[in-house]
Amino acid sequence: MDSVESKVFSVFASQLSLSDDVNRAEMKYNEFPGWDSVVHMTLIAELEDVFDCMMDMQDILDMSSFEKAVEIMTKYNG
Amino acid sequence: MADIDLSGRVAIVTGSSRGIGAAIADKFAACGASVILNGLQDSDRLQGHAADLASKYSVNVKAVAGDIADAGVPQAIVKEAFSSFRRLDIMVNNAGVLRDSVIGMIQEDQIDETLNVNLRGVLNGIQAAARLMQRNKSGSIINISSIIGRVGNSGQLVYGASKAGVIGATLSAAKELAPFGIRVNSIAPGYIETDMIGQIPADVHKERLDSIAMQKIGKPEDVADAALFFASDLSKYVTGQVLGVDGGMLI
Repeated sequence: MDSVESKVFSVFASQLSLSDDVNRAEMKYNEFPGWDSVVHMTLIAELEDVFDCMMDMQDILDMSSFEKAVEIMTKYNG
Repeated sequence: MADIDLSGRVAIVTGSSRGIGAAIADKFAACGASVILNGLQDSDRLQGHAADLASKYSVNVKAVAGDIADAGVPQAIVKEAFSSFRRLDIMVNNAGVLRDSVIGMIQEDQIDETLNVNLRGVLNGIQAAARLMQRNKSGSIINISSIIGRVGNSGQLVYGASKAGVIGATLSAAKELAPFGIRVNSIAPGYIETDMIGQIPADVHKERLDSIAMQKIGKPEDVADAALFFASDLSKYVTGQVLGVDGGMLI
């Protein structure tokens, strides 16, 4: 079974065209190339699809980095 | 048999325990849609209405009680759509309040209540619905405004502002959500026969009737017919529009 991090990364990699060796610590909202507000909502939609959930509004606003995304999605990983 | 088929689609109608909202929910259910009702309180009326619709039309009907002015409520209703149906096709932001006052006599709590229900509820409803609709790259959001939001009326400063805000929100949301296949339109009812107008004095009632070119008061079903148009594929290339359902009323 895939880990939460690998599931989250697959969504980010697909939306942001990332290679596996990207430095995940540098992936921050509005700083990392391509991760703007429009892409953010697409990421949310994809994550909700992969994790089969509807995220709380606060979690969407709090998802400010890849690391944070993994932390948030852990609680939706059923 | 209904001419328009909404079977397989899921609709939310806020403020659907009575009046226009109840008529819209009834219309959608009659056309085969699964419907989620919403009312201010978990009243027998709301649950009874849900049970009636389910048995009358053999469709799935849920009810989520709560004040739409509370940001968590639109989210909770959309989450019900997700957990029960895994999709949302139609969102009708209908819940509203009407309190008239002349300028100079308007109290802060009246402003708060009217804007929170009539406008904030719509904004939060759009936001919550769009996220779930985005997954299927399709959806129809229908915001119920009012003729007062288009042309204004004496004694309705706050109500008019809230309903004009609904139109502004509709226009902006239509532009932002069109790339995702989500259409956003508004209906601006005129003088409609609901509980909301029950308190209107007889002389004012007559004056309003006289201002309607078709010389009769509208029925909630007339608004529901317009909502059905926006909900269905008949309007699949229509977004960012405000449709008056007012019998040619002039204010």
